[in-house]
Amino acid sequence: MLKQVEGSHAVAEAIALCRPEVICAYPITPQTHIVEGVGELVKSGALQNCEFINVESEFAALSVAIGASAAGARAYTATASQGLLFMAEAVYNAAGLGLPIVMTLGNRAIGAPINIWNDHSDAMSMRDAGWMQLFAENNQEAVDLHIIAFRLAEELSMPVMVCVDGFILTHAFERVDIPEQAQVDAFLPPYDPVQVLDPDNPASIGAMVGPEAFTEVRFLAHYKQRQALRLIPALSDDFAKIFGRASGGLLRAYRTEDAETIVVAMGSVVGTIKDVVDELRDEGQKIGVVTLVSYRPFPVEALRDILKTAKHVVVIEKSVSVGLGGPLADNTDGALRNLDNRPLLHSAIAGLGGRPITRASLKRLFHDAVHAPWEGPFFLDLNERVVGREIHRVRKVRRSGATAENILRQLALASHLPQE
Amino acid sequence: MDHDFAITLDVGTSLANHTGAWRTFRPEYVHRLPPCNAACPAGEDIQGWLSFAEAGDYEAAWRALTKNNPLPAVMGRVCYHPCETACNRAQIDAAVGVNAVERFLGDMAIAKGWAFEPPAQKSGKKVLVVGAGPAGLSAAYHLAVLGHDVNIREAGPAPGGMMRFGIPKYRLPRDVLDAEVARIAALGVRIDYNSKVSDLQATIKEGGFDAAFLAVGAHIAKRAYIPAGEATKILDAVQVLASMEGAEQPLLGRRVVVYGGGNTALDVARTAKRLGAEEAIIVYRRTREKMPAHDFELEEALEEGVMMKWLSTIKHVDAGAITVEKMKLDETGFPQPTGEFETLEADSVVLALGQDVDLSLLDGVPGLEFADGLVKVGPDMMTGATGIFAGGDMAPSERTVTVAVGHGKKAARHIDAFLRGAAYAPPPKHELAGFEHLNAWYYGEAPQTLRPTLEIARRSSTFEEVVQGLDESNALYEARRCLSCGNCFECDNCYGVCPDNAVIKLGAGQGFRFNYDFCKGCGVCEAECPCGAIAMAPEEI
Amino acid sequence: MDDSTLAQQQQKLKYYQKGTFTVGNRLVSDAERSVQASAERSNALTSGHRACQGCGEALGARYAIDAAMRATGNDLIAVNATGCLEVFTTPYPETSWQLPWLHSLFGNAAAVATGVAAAQRVKGKATRVIAQGGDGGTTDIGFQCLSGMFERNDDVLYICYDNEGYMNTGVQRSSATPPAARTATTPALGPEPGNVFGTGKFVPKIAVAHGIPYVATATVADLRDLEAKVIKAMGIRGARYIQINVPCPLGWGAPSYDTIKLARLAVECGLYPIFEAEHGRITQSRKIRRRIPVRDYLILQKRYAHLFRNGVDDPRVARLQAICDAHIEDYGLLGDDEA
Repeated sequence: MLKQVEGSHAVAEAIALCRPEVICAYPITPQTHIVEGVGELVKSGALQNCEFINVESEFAALSVAIGASAAGARAYTATASQGLLFMAEAVYNAAGLGLPIVMTLGNRAIGAPINIWNDHSDAMSMRDAGWMQLFAENNQEAVDLHIIAFRLAEELSMPVMVCVDGFILTHAFERVDIPEQAQVDAFLPPYDPVQVLDPDNPASIGAMVGPEAFTEVRFLAHYKQRQALRLIPALSDDFAKIFGRASGGLLRAYRTEDAETIVVAMGSVVGTIKDVVDELRDEGQKIGVVTLVSYRPFPVEALRDILKTAKHVVVIEKSVSVGLGGPLADNTDGALRNLDNRPLLHSAIAGLGGRPITRASLKRLFHDAVHAPWEGPFFLDLNERVVGREIHRVRKVRRSGATAENILRQLALASHLPQE
Repeated sequence: MDHDFAITLDVGTSLANHTGAWRTFRPEYVHRLPPCNAACPAGEDIQGWLSFAEAGDYEAAWRALTKNNPLPAVMGRVCYHPCETACNRAQIDAAVGVNAVERFLGDMAIAKGWAFEPPAQKSGKKVLVVGAGPAGLSAAYHLAVLGHDVNIREAGPAPGGMMRFGIPKYRLPRDVLDAEVARIAALGVRIDYNSKVSDLQATIKEGGFDAAFLAVGAHIAKRAYIPAGEATKILDAVQVLASMEGAEQPLLGRRVVVYGGGNTALDVARTAKRLGAEEAIIVYRRTREKMPAHDFELEEALEEGVMMKWLSTIKHVDAGAITVEKMKLDETGFPQPTGEFETLEADSVVLALGQDVDLSLLDGVPGLEFADGLVKVGPDMMTGATGIFAGGDMAPSERTVTVAVGHGKKAARHIDAFLRGAAYAPPPKHELAGFEHLNAWYYGEAPQTLRPTLEIARRSSTFEEVVQGLDESNALYEARRCLSCGNCFECDNCYGVCPDNAVIKLGAGQGFRFNYDFCKGCGVCEAECPCGAIAMAPEEI
Repeated sequence: MDDSTLAQQQQKLKYYQKGTFTVGNRLVSDAERSVQASAERSNALTSGHRACQGCGEALGARYAIDAAMRATGNDLIAVNATGCLEVFTTPYPETSWQLPWLHSLFGNAAAVATGVAAAQRVKGKATRVIAQGGDGGTTDIGFQCLSGMFERNDDVLYICYDNEGYMNTGVQRSSATPPAARTATTPALGPEPGNVFGTGKFVPKIAVAHGIPYVATATVADLRDLEAKVIKAMGIRGARYIQINVPCPLGWGAPSYDTIKLARLAVECGLYPIFEAEHGRITQSRKIRRRIPVRDYLILQKRYAHLFRNGVDDPRVARLQAICDAHIEDYGLLGDDEA
């Protein structure tokens, strides 16, 4: 059913359609509206047979989900940013125990400085935790990915994090097709765990594993994610058959067939990039974009197949691995490793802490990538004057104070100056 | 169930890990000797029979008891119960009332008519027992149970020896004694009364006996020289107590003085009160602390109005009065005269100064040795004459019924071996289960049950039994106060407290076994065993 | 005496006889014996585990879980915090547990148990849930999850095996370490050797403050009391908390055979109050049976050795005695237990 709804609300409805049995809620912006929405459905009775538990922290939220999942219940929770970090230990644990929990991550920057706006720092912080991470491009995909995530998680006994850009998607009102319950039921069978805490069939789950088997345990986790590389496209096909639309998959290529420049990106920014691609195509440039849906597992072969014929690859990402650069660029570089005549890779960091990514900036970026390539990560729309002044000041003054506050002060001073 | 590799494990798989290899000390179940058993002159397995009584199986308890002592109803009345003196429970609250439970069992056996099991086979050997006192009866019983043909020759008209002619009725009713003797006789023991053996060798030869056990007792009162006037009435305790069994009661008068400090002196004084004496005064040359009589008997006597004249010796006896000299104890505790004199009114004086043995029957028996008026016996109770054993008061020992019963048993075992041409070797004794081996925490506080006693008013006029028995609930309570020192009583502590599940419970009556595959040797079982039935031994590595 | 009077008599007798404080007693009926006395006990924590010799926690865990197994007809799931109990029971490839058991993290056992319990509820199962951990995993790192589980009144019995420190990591101080005790992080050095007076917390009282249906303390020295409390707790729905004093021979510096004795003395001196509370109110305390000065308890343990150097008692012994005296008064630990 088509609806004009807030992204969070649409996700909440999708979660409810997946018949979760235990939901743990702890508020943190910008995911709060999602759990509120599911909570309403439980409280009103619209969602039956579901325990909605108000926990005391994100750490508890995921821990409760771990217990519920290990006991055979379909478990869901949502978080963002600091919340994800607070539950970090449990994030690794849920994956290590092979529990098919689904968690929405309302992507948000990580402090300090504290910042409630969108970027992908939080998702990147947990990219090695053993979870599968799927990124939604728009709210329709956010809805669809959650449905796919439960099936994916449960088929592989591995948790899935569905990454939905905070505010940009979670708080955006868009037209979304909310599936019918019958469709979801047809796609997503009841949870049938491979192992469960059962007094009739007891086992000890969560043993201590030493050097004699730890490597094998980790290899098997990696092997599972490699299996997901085949399963994710298959589920996407299945999904299309039942729901009548394409959604999910490992990645999506847009106008890349003959492209000399291919952009790689994840999440909502792809919409803007597509607009720029269309614009540049109209201008005769051979450019396309690849949307990564699955960041973990990382679709090395599928991505390489698309990128290998390009001359330039521009990776735009909303996070920075401080001291290295863009993690997505790094991973993309890995996908191109050992290619003959491999394309040049240009890394751009954009949209940190919610900074808008404009079409103009993107157009300039794509142009420069071909005509004035740079080394290392390029910070899109960096206010170089502010940065330069701060670097200079820190160099001169021993007790220079906090950088964030200094920059804010400079920006305030600069605000009455004419914009460049 | 399909498990995740390594992270998920099948239950109970740690049983593959034999932690017993960690052990440097190993626990072992042991038996230690309970102090009561160690102290019992009759060699009773007191703890053993108490354990049956605890479970309410009184017949089994009685049968276990009578394996060592055929006279529980008697012993439950007259034994001075060294077991209770030794009892570890005294260090928690008060000793277990062993004697009371023994009497309860003995009385129940009489009431229910329980009989001894006759021997399965007869040996064909004949044994002469001289004297039907406690030692003789005990020996006869054990010999009969061992299959031998026993003939008791008793000089007196009735069985019991000093139990009948020395112990007053109010301590030992005669029907009780008769019932227990009858049960021994029922085993086939022949008892000939009024049948004094005066020539032992002749009797053995005539009767074709293969061995003899002598237990004639000590019935001759010791006399002391006391200057006495005419018309004074001086009697001895043996005479007085024995005459209580006859038709004519002794005439002691209104004021009776008893001279001596033993239990016999008390018996005489208490008897005198019952015979109507207004005053019964015991004159003793030392103090209460030095008195050989048992304190509880003194207490009973004092309750009944018997008076004590401590630190006094009788210097002279006249008609109606005696003169005593006051004594004082020197630094060695020996009484010394002070030269101070006092006169007491007395219609009669009874001397209770101890007894001697009539050894005339042994005249002419070769090989015998004597000392201090007693027959010397070896560790096997055999005299210097081959095949002739002796015990009870006529052999050197403490003169109590219990010791005599023990002599009878011991002699019987050696006689049995002698008759088979063998030597009896008693099984080695276990280490004593002293209080330090116990974990007293596990025993609840439970004071001893006092046996009811007859009211004072009735005691001074009748010969009814002063101390009464326990009823079943009291007896059960008392039996259950037993700590079971040194022997497992299946409290399950070891089974419960083992952090490694390394104790296997074998089921009721079967006890426990250590599973050395898993026992790490921590020693918690040994520390928490209430009764000291576990010992830690170094592991041989 | 007829059979019924005899039965009554025996009923009464049991309080005075051998069986009163022991694990079992051949003289009483099976029903009156402890769970541990039964040859059919679950042995939920079975042999072959790698706990140290004389481990109080291994013992306490088997006592508690076996009792809970009996109370629930073996319909039970356990969630375990990281710590000794987890490490010594489940090193790959062997587990000592014989019931469904889950270990997640150090600090989240209470929350994981909440999830397990929620799953039972939503699935309409009667299976009950226990969470368990040491004092570190309970009173320190797991405290937030524990408090959350309490205030939501989740249907979980949380059992804390309190050995008064982080023993698994090598005997460091926890918030349950008593004053003056030496640990690796409170060494017996300087002007205030050992753990500092005035620090630490007694979580059972904090649990009581949550107003949850049931809170109790117990020790491995009083099995019957411990079992009765676990069984009682399993008869109640909602959040429940039992803290069991489990001496650690290694961490306390005591011989392995003294484990139960130390637990007993900790109670008998008043240092470890044993009580029960329901819905925010203390309802009962276990009376001291044979009171001892705290010195008799301390002197057996090397962690307090610095209090008894050179043949002179350190003044801190008197301060610890004052703590005991205050417990005795506050919890009413003297008097007749047989009310």
